[in-house]
Amino acid sequence: MSAGLVFDIRKFSIHDGPGIRTAVFFKGCPLHCLWCHNPEGIAPFPELLRRPERCVDCGSCRKACPLNLDPARVAGSAACRGCPDFGACAAVCPAEALQLVGRRMSAEEVMGIVLRDRPFYEESGGGVTFTGGEPLAQGEFLLECLAICRAEGIRSAVDTSGWAAEELLLEVGRASDLILYDLKVMDSERHRAATGLANELILSNLRALARQAARGASAGIYLRLPLIPGINDLPGDLEAAAEFAASLEVPLEAYLLPYHDSARGKYRLRGEAYPLGSVSAPAPERMSAAAALFEARGVPVSIGG
Amino acid sequence: MNDRIARLREESFDTRPSFSSERARLTTEFYEEWQGKVSVSVLRAMNFRNLCERKTIYIGPDELIVGERGPRPKAVSSFPELNCHSEEDLRVLDSRPMTSYAVSEEDLRTYREKVIPYWRGRSMRDRAFAEIPQEWKALYEAGLFTEFMEQRAPGHTALDGSIYRTGLAEFKAEIARSRAALDWASDPGALDKDEELAAMAISCDAAIVFARRHAELAEKMAATEPRAARAAELRRIAEVCRRVPERAPRDFWEALQMYWFVHLGTITELNGWDAMSPGHLDQHLAPFYERGLAEGSLDREAAKELLSCFWIKVNNTPAPPKVGVTAAESGTYNDFTNINLGGLGRDGSDASSEVSFLVLEVLDELQLLQPQANVQVSAETPDRLLAAACRVIRRGSGYPSLFNADEVVAAQVGMGKSVEDAREGGTSGCVETGCFGKEAYLLHGYLNVPKILELTLNDGVDPLSGRRLAPPSGAPGGGPAAFSGFEELYAAFERQLAYVVDTKMRVSNYLDRMFARYAPAPFLSVFIGGCIESGKDYYDGGARYNTDYIQCCGLGTVTDSLSAIKKQVFEDRRVAMGELLAALKGDWAGREDLRLLVSNKTPKFGNDDDYADSIAQRVFASLRSAIDGRASPRGGTYHIDLLSTTCHVYFGSVTGATADGRRARAPESDGTSPAQGADRSGPTAVIRSLAKLDIAGTGGSLLNQRFQPAVLAGEEGVRRLSSLVRGYFKLGGHHIQFNVVDTETLRAAQKRPEDYRSLLVRVAGYSDYFVDLDKHHQEEIISRTAQEAF
Repeated sequence: MSAGLVFDIRKFSIHDGPGIRTAVFFKGCPLHCLWCHNPEGIAPFPELLRRPERCVDCGSCRKACPLNLDPARVAGSAACRGCPDFGACAAVCPAEALQLVGRRMSAEEVMGIVLRDRPFYEESGGGVTFTGGEPLAQGEFLLECLAICRAEGIRSAVDTSGWAAEELLLEVGRASDLILYDLKVMDSERHRAATGLANELILSNLRALARQAARGASAGIYLRLPLIPGINDLPGDLEAAAEFAASLEVPLEAYLLPYHDSARGKYRLRGEAYPLGSVSAPAPERMSAAAALFEARGVPVSIGG
Repeated sequence: MNDRIARLREESFDTRPSFSSERARLTTEFYEEWQGKVSVSVLRAMNFRNLCERKTIYIGPDELIVGERGPRPKAVSSFPELNCHSEEDLRVLDSRPMTSYAVSEEDLRTYREKVIPYWRGRSMRDRAFAEIPQEWKALYEAGLFTEFMEQRAPGHTALDGSIYRTGLAEFKAEIARSRAALDWASDPGALDKDEELAAMAISCDAAIVFARRHAELAEKMAATEPRAARAAELRRIAEVCRRVPERAPRDFWEALQMYWFVHLGTITELNGWDAMSPGHLDQHLAPFYERGLAEGSLDREAAKELLSCFWIKVNNTPAPPKVGVTAAESGTYNDFTNINLGGLGRDGSDASSEVSFLVLEVLDELQLLQPQANVQVSAETPDRLLAAACRVIRRGSGYPSLFNADEVVAAQVGMGKSVEDAREGGTSGCVETGCFGKEAYLLHGYLNVPKILELTLNDGVDPLSGRRLAPPSGAPGGGPAAFSGFEELYAAFERQLAYVVDTKMRVSNYLDRMFARYAPAPFLSVFIGGCIESGKDYYDGGARYNTDYIQCCGLGTVTDSLSAIKKQVFEDRRVAMGELLAALKGDWAGREDLRLLVSNKTPKFGNDDDYADSIAQRVFASLRSAIDGRASPRGGTYHIDLLSTTCHVYFGSVTGATADGRRARAPESDGTSPAQGADRSGPTAVIRSLAKLDIAGTGGSLLNQRFQPAVLAGEEGVRRLSSLVRGYFKLGGHHIQFNVVDTETLRAAQKRPEDYRSLLVRVAGYSDYFVDLDKHHQEEIISRTAQEAF
C-alpha cells in the first residue's frame, strides 16, 4: 500500500463529470501548461504558501520552526529545504498566513472522505473525480483508490493529460468509469512550447484508450479542449482536433472549455509571473464556431463543463 | 399574470402598511359595556360577533376573493386586550425607518382618549408583567430568552380539510350535540364546557354575519356598477358570500373564499402567532379543481386567477406590530402564513396534483412577501414537482422552502400522533411541524444557548452588564478559570441550562393559563379537532394533540465555542482558560492571534467533522433532556425546536464575544445552520453534519444555504439542486431553504435600495424584502457562506 500526495479534496464539485462529485487533487504533473489553473499541483512534493497580508506577527511559526528560521518571511524558500518537520510552521499558524500544500494520504484515508458524500452521488449520478496535477503520475496510488471505488460501488472519473505509460493508462481505463482526457494543442512542437512536452505519446495513448473502449472494456471518454486564444486556435488547429476526435474508434463526447484567467491570483500568491500575460477569454461566437467544427464531424460537443 | 392580477398585485405591493384603531375602539367599547356580565368565553365570542357586525368592510375594484382584516388593504388591527400600545409606541411605529406602519392623528386620539385609559393595567401583558418573578425578568432583559405570548396569542395554527366539507351551520349542529350530551350530574367541568360551547356557536354566527355583510355590499355595488362584466362578478361574489362559510363550498371559488373567511375570523378574534395557515392548500383544492374542469365550469387560467386573488389577499395582511423593546427581535411585515404543497395523503400516497404546480406558478409570478409556501418532499413525491420547485427557488426569492415529508410524519408519530393524522400534518409558521386541524402546538419563545455558555464562563454573571443572573457555576473554589477539564465545564453548562429553562418554563406555564382563562379563542376552536367534542378551548387543552415548544438558538455558535475550548484549552493547551476568558471579556482587543487560532484551527460544525459534530450532538441531547417531555399545563408536553427566525441577530446583539472567534454583539448562527462562514467544506458537508442530529425528535430545524446563481444555472443546475435535497432528506434531514443571490447584488441593493424594492431574500423560515431589513440582518445574510462549486 502506497501513500499519495494530495493537495486538495473538494466536495460538491460540479465541473468535472456528471452530477455532484468530490474532486481529489493529486500533486505532481509532468506538464507545465502556460494556462495551468492549479500551479500548486505541478511540483511533486509538498510546498509552503505564504500569504503575508494575513500575518498578525504572533510568532507561533518561529517557535515551531525546527531550523530556527522566521517562516513568516522565508517559508517555502530554499532555506526550508531539508526541514525535518516540513509544514510544522503552517500547522500552528492561526492566521492561515502559512499554508501547507500537499499532504501524504493513504488511499483509505482519501476514500474515507470521498465515501461520506455517497448519498449525493447516488441521487445525482455523480461520484469521485481524480484530478490534479496529473493523477496518472501516482499510478499505483490512483489504482488503489479506483479499486476502493469499485468495491464500494462509487462511480469514478479520472482527469488526465494523457502523459503516462500506455499500459498504466489502459489499466486506469479499465478500473474507472470515465476518463476526462485533455486535448490541448494538436501541433506537437507548439504543444511542447505550451506545455513543456510533445504530444505524440498523448495522442497515441488516446487512440489506444479509445480502441480499448471500443471493445467495451474501458471507461467512457470525455475529450476536453481548453480553448486558449493564440495558443490552440490558430488556423487549422481546431479542425485538426475535431478530425482527430472523429477518427477515434469509439464515439465520445467533446467539451470545449473557454479559457479564463481566474488562476491569476494563485500565481501572484506564489510570487510567480502569470505565464499567459494578457490573453483574454474567447468570445461566445468563437466558442460556438469551434463547437460547429466538431458537430460537423459527428462528434457530440458541449461548451463548458 | 393577467391585467386584473397585475393591477391588484401592484396595489398590494405599493400600499404602505397602516395601523387601524378600529378593532381596538370597538373592543374597548364592547368591554366597557359587557365585561363582568357574561362568562369570559361568551364575552370573547360576543366581542368577536360585535366586530363582525360593525367593522368596516371593503371590496376593492377587480377583486374576486373579498374581505380584509382591517378597514382597508394592508391595514392592521391591534389587540389592546392582550397588549396595549402606548402613544409613544404608535409614534415610533409611524416614524421608524424599517417596517413602519402609518398611524393617523385620529388613531392616536382614539388610543389616547379611549383605548389606553381603559386597558392600562387591564391588558394581559400588564397583568402578567406585574406577576412575573424578578429572576425571570433579569434573564429576559439580559436576552437569555424571549417569550412569545407576552405580545401575541398562541398560534402556528394550520387547518385540515374539514372546512371544505363542513359549513358553519353543520359545525353549529355538532356544537349543539356536544352541549346536549353534557353530563351535568357528574361532570364538574360541565358549566365551563357549556359556556365554551355556547361561545363557539356565537362565533359561528359571527362569521356568517360577516360574510353576509360582504354579500350585501357586493349586491349594492353591482346595482350601480356601469360595466356589465364587473356587475356580474359582484353578483357572483354576493352569491359566494351567501353560501360560505355557512355551508360547505361547492366549487373552487367558494372553497378559497371559505378558507379566507375562516382565516379572517381567526385573525380578527385574536392575533395568534404566525397568523393562520390553510395547511395543504393544494390537497384541499384539488377535488374542486378537478370537478370544475370535468364539468366545464372552471379552466386552468380561471383557477390561477382566483388563486392569485387569494395570494394578494394574504399579502394585504401585514403582521400586527409589537410593543416595546421586542420590536427589534423580529421586524417584518410577514405574518407567516405558510402554504404546504405536495406531501402525503392520509393513506401514505403522493398527494401532489396539478394544483401544486398551479400554486408554484402563482408563487413565481407574483413574487410577493406573503403567503410563503413550502413543498413537502417525500420519497413518493414526483421528481417533476421537485424540479418545478427548484426552478422557482433558483429565481432567488427564497420561496418555496423544502421539507422532508417523511421526516415530518416520523417526528409526529414519535410524539404520539397517529400516522394518518401525522400525514395530514406538515409545516406551519416558519419550520414548525404540526398536525393540521388537530393540534395546538404552542411556541413559547427562543432560548439564547450561546449566552447560557457565556453565563457558565462568567460564574452566572452577565459580563455585559455585570449583573448576577444565575447561581454561580464555576469550578468549586476557583471560578470559571479553574475548570479542571472539559467535562467539568460541560457539567456547569448543563446546570446553567437547567436553571434558565426552569425559570423560563415557570412563566411560560403561567402565560399559558392566562390565555386559557382570559383570552380563549372559541372561533378558532371550532376548526380544531377535539375542541367541540371535549367542550374545551384550543388554549385550554381542547385539541386532540397538545404540544409546547421552546426554540433553541445558536447551535452552531455554541458548538464551535465548546469545540474551541475543548481543543485549544484542554487538549492542545495552546491557551489557558484564564487567558481565553480575558480575551472574551476584552472582545479580542489585542488578541487577534487568539481569535484567529480559535477561528481557523478549531473543528467547526458544518464540515462533516465528527469532532465538532459530536459536540453538536451532545448539546442537542442536553437541550432535549432539559426540555423534552416535561408536562405543560394543557395536558401536553414540551419539546424543542431548532429555529431562530431573526432572533439570532437580537441574541447576538446582547451576547459578548464567544470562544469560536465571534466578536461581541455579532449575530449568532441561525437555526441549525453552521455559524456564518464556519462551513468551508461545501453544502454536502453541511448537510452531513446536520443529518447527524436526531431532528425527528424535535418540532423543527432550519438550514439556510446560500448559492451563487451560477452554480444552479441550466437544467443541470436544477438536477443538482434536486439531488442535493433528495440526498439530505435520505439522510433524515428536515428542512432546507436557499438564497440564490450573489453578494454583489446584495451590496448593490444596500447602495441603491430604490432599485431593489422587490428583491426578496430568505431571512429565516420566511422571506422578506431585502431593503426592508435593518442593516444587521442585511449583513447577516451577506455573511452567510455563499456556496460555490468547484
